[in-house]
Amino acid sequence: MTEMPKHSVALDAKIPEGPLADKWKNHKNSIRLVNPANKRLIDVIVVGTGLAGSSAAASLAEMGYNVKAFCFQDSPRRAHSIAAQGGINAAKNYQNDGDSVYRLFYDTIKGGDYRSREANVYRLAEVSANIIDQCVSQGVPFARDYGGLLDNRSFGGVQVSRTFYAKGQTGQQLLLGAYSALSRQISKGKVTMYNRHELMDVVVVDGKARGIIARNLVTGEVERHGAHAVVLCSGGYGNVFYLSTNAMGSNVSAAWKAHKKGAYMANPSYTQIHPTCIPVSGHYQSKLTLMSESLRNDGRIWVPNDQSDVEALRNGSMRPTDIPEERRDYYLERRYPAFGNLVPRDVASRAAKERCDAGFGVNEAGEAVFLDYASAIERYGRTEANVKGIEAPSAEKIRELGEAVVRAKYGNLFQMYEQITADNPYKTPMRIYPAVHYTMGGLWVDYNLQTTVPGLYACGEANFSDHGANRLGASALMQGLADGYFVLPYTIGEYLADDIRTGAIPTDTPEFEAAEQGVKDRIGFLLGNGGKTPVDDFHRRLGRIMWNECGMSRNEKGLNQAIADIQSLREEFEQDVRVPGRPDRFNPELDKAGRVSDLMELGELMCKDALERQESCGGHFREEYQTPEGEALRDDVGHAHVSAWAHTGVPAEATHHKEALAFENVELKTRSYK
Amino acid sequence: MDFTLKIWRQEGPQEEGRMETYPVTGITGDMSFLEMMDVLNDQLIRDGQDPVAFDHDCREGICGMCSMFINGEAHGPNRKTTTCQLHMRSFKDGETIYIEPWRASAFPVVKDLAVDRSAFDRIIQVGGYVSVNSSGNPIDANAIPVPKEDADAAFNAATCIGCGACVATCKNASAMLFVSAKVSQLALLPQGQPERMSRVQRMVDQMDKEGFGNCTNTGACEVECPKGISLDNIARMNRDYLKSQVTGE
Repeated sequence: MTEMPKHSVALDAKIPEGPLADKWKNHKNSIRLVNPANKRLIDVIVVGTGLAGSSAAASLAEMGYNVKAFCFQDSPRRAHSIAAQGGINAAKNYQNDGDSVYRLFYDTIKGGDYRSREANVYRLAEVSANIIDQCVSQGVPFARDYGGLLDNRSFGGVQVSRTFYAKGQTGQQLLLGAYSALSRQISKGKVTMYNRHELMDVVVVDGKARGIIARNLVTGEVERHGAHAVVLCSGGYGNVFYLSTNAMGSNVSAAWKAHKKGAYMANPSYTQIHPTCIPVSGHYQSKLTLMSESLRNDGRIWVPNDQSDVEALRNGSMRPTDIPEERRDYYLERRYPAFGNLVPRDVASRAAKERCDAGFGVNEAGEAVFLDYASAIERYGRTEANVKGIEAPSAEKIRELGEAVVRAKYGNLFQMYEQITADNPYKTPMRIYPAVHYTMGGLWVDYNLQTTVPGLYACGEANFSDHGANRLGASALMQGLADGYFVLPYTIGEYLADDIRTGAIPTDTPEFEAAEQGVKDRIGFLLGNGGKTPVDDFHRRLGRIMWNECGMSRNEKGLNQAIADIQSLREEFEQDVRVPGRPDRFNPELDKAGRVSDLMELGELMCKDALERQESCGGHFREEYQTPEGEALRDDVGHAHVSAWAHTGVPAEATHHKEALAFENVELKTRSYK
Repeated sequence: MDFTLKIWRQEGPQEEGRMETYPVTGITGDMSFLEMMDVLNDQLIRDGQDPVAFDHDCREGICGMCSMFINGEAHGPNRKTTTCQLHMRSFKDGETIYIEPWRASAFPVVKDLAVDRSAFDRIIQVGGYVSVNSSGNPIDANAIPVPKEDADAAFNAATCIGCGACVATCKNASAMLFVSAKVSQLALLPQGQPERMSRVQRMVDQMDKEGFGNCTNTGACEVECPKGISLDNIARMNRDYLKSQVTGE
């Protein structure tokens, strides 16, 4: 089934010449243009309708291109960008607190542990302000202050307030904004929307991406779609871990099919594991829920320091509130006195794992720590009592006042926690544990967001470009919209300018024929396989392997074992998977089988990538490379590069290419939070 | 916990449907309703039967993809809760649970519990936006101040997840709550003013064309809405619609 790439491309990031601050401006001025009459002769396919996809499809259509947009959900509005909670960063400096394009750039490079491309990150910071203007003009209801102007909040890893937000539903509001822009172009006939369609393959003709094979998930029909360029905005692949904060349908298939057709995968092992999620409760758990990072502002994280208390908690003979202060280990405050509970995501996650691995996890599975609001409630309660002039308030009164303050700040999150766990977090500490949240890795793209296959582009979480080895909070939304609204619509012109005389791309060619046949053969194989085991079973086992060996900490032995385990799991899948139903009907199990099959291959490559990167940086922690205190040890001499992998047939045997990262504007430093 | 499930099975939009009975066992209170459905499907697949098709995606109550009419209520018995956020501890051990798709002629069944809600997309396409291009040079965001109470009210209307519970709940299968939420969001903001009258006309006309029923003010939609979208939005939409008819704008 696997194919060799049709061509090999040297990695040229095509970063424009000139000073950092002028690169994008100069580049925009030199990009070739396509005149309006000619744009009408050019077709572009956009796959995925999250922030990157919706904004790209709408913008390209407004410019005059003919766009076909695809999503697997029943409506473009359901893409998983909708679930982003916290906010979107932009260097507006509305708070007059010293923010600037340079500071946003610097924070992002540092937060990414010096593993991202300076020029891309600077451009991201540069266009960030324009995103806010754009969204407001569309009617996105951001939070405002009493003067009617936009409000900001601060987020982890930075010292300014540059995060714009709409309560805990910022992703929803931004996506609905982009969806409305997309809907307007659909009504004009400039975008043809294909809901409930899945990309099954990318079609490459004469070395260029010239279309896709898609499957109508309702009728099962396998369709050919030709275009002059294909843009993948298909999101991240956190679901390789089975349990994650991603939506159930989030998958890697579009990117993986592209990879098999010659697009390189970059830094696939860079995974963000978010420290504050609701822990796993049982075997049939399908999904993990994030509790916003903002909770770490007031909550204190701890586990017991006495093993007998851990046992008592697990067998229910003791409640967490029964454990006295001196038998609690506030381990983040102990290890990182300067930042305490507000260390970055990767550091907080690893510290929780360290305690749980040492046997101090506080739930039955031993995989949870406490996030405790008792002292915040007490502190706020006392302040309120002072403000209200209550003399000698009772402990009960302090509690009541404090709970009211916490409810006003975090009420919706506390309610969500109670809905899921049936525990009241005002009365007892929350149990939390890290969970897979975002993937920094993705398709390798150059400065123009073009992959190694000419005419094939990748935007948003699907590409690898801007976050290095760790993404800062509130930067995913920024990158998705920057790519879709303000970067790709310009840069794609450089490529399409050569296509004004090409004419419509025919789909009755041998390349389309072969791709379609390959898709049909695979569907036939899956349905006719006659195995015994449901797809979810394989997905769960893949997730277990990935979480244990390629999760929060990794080592050489474990990664080698994981590669072997995934290879045998893949073999077993081919022999024993059971996919019920018919090819010509709505058949979600069939859709899932295709996705899990691709996720298993990707998982193998992730382990290979993690094995090759013999250093620790950001979300990638190799146990062999740590300081005596257990902190990440980066290797700027040997590993200041992007790893880009070319498919050769077997994921673990992919060819390794390197793009050296040059730091001309920032000095490489070791992050310290002690 | 063990349950008896009575589930609507329907092969496709043209086929006739029927209720089928399935036992499920070994369910825990911590499982979400959809995880309970996963257990059922796992069992059906292993037994060589056709699993039950249902729509779902984010499983955190925001994408609007899950539906299901559970024991006669959209998204089940709990208020302000989507099916994916409903947990089995809300049911009694041994209970019989009836599970049906959204029922409305404008939402044809795709298969079993999955329905086609593209009518909602088409309503948004005729006017649920501000006609502004995305690649230009819009004015600075703070050049358009919006009073906080208007911004908050617009936000509240904008939290609609487009799940269709309002339609499924309404005895007339009316889409007024959904349509009015979008109309209100934009009517409350200065950015939405230039197209305010034409927008409400176009969206209401499209709603009628899609075959949704009329509003008779029973208010069931507001009660069952998982996001608590207010009936006030319908009043605002009616006012604007009437005004647009009278003034002919």
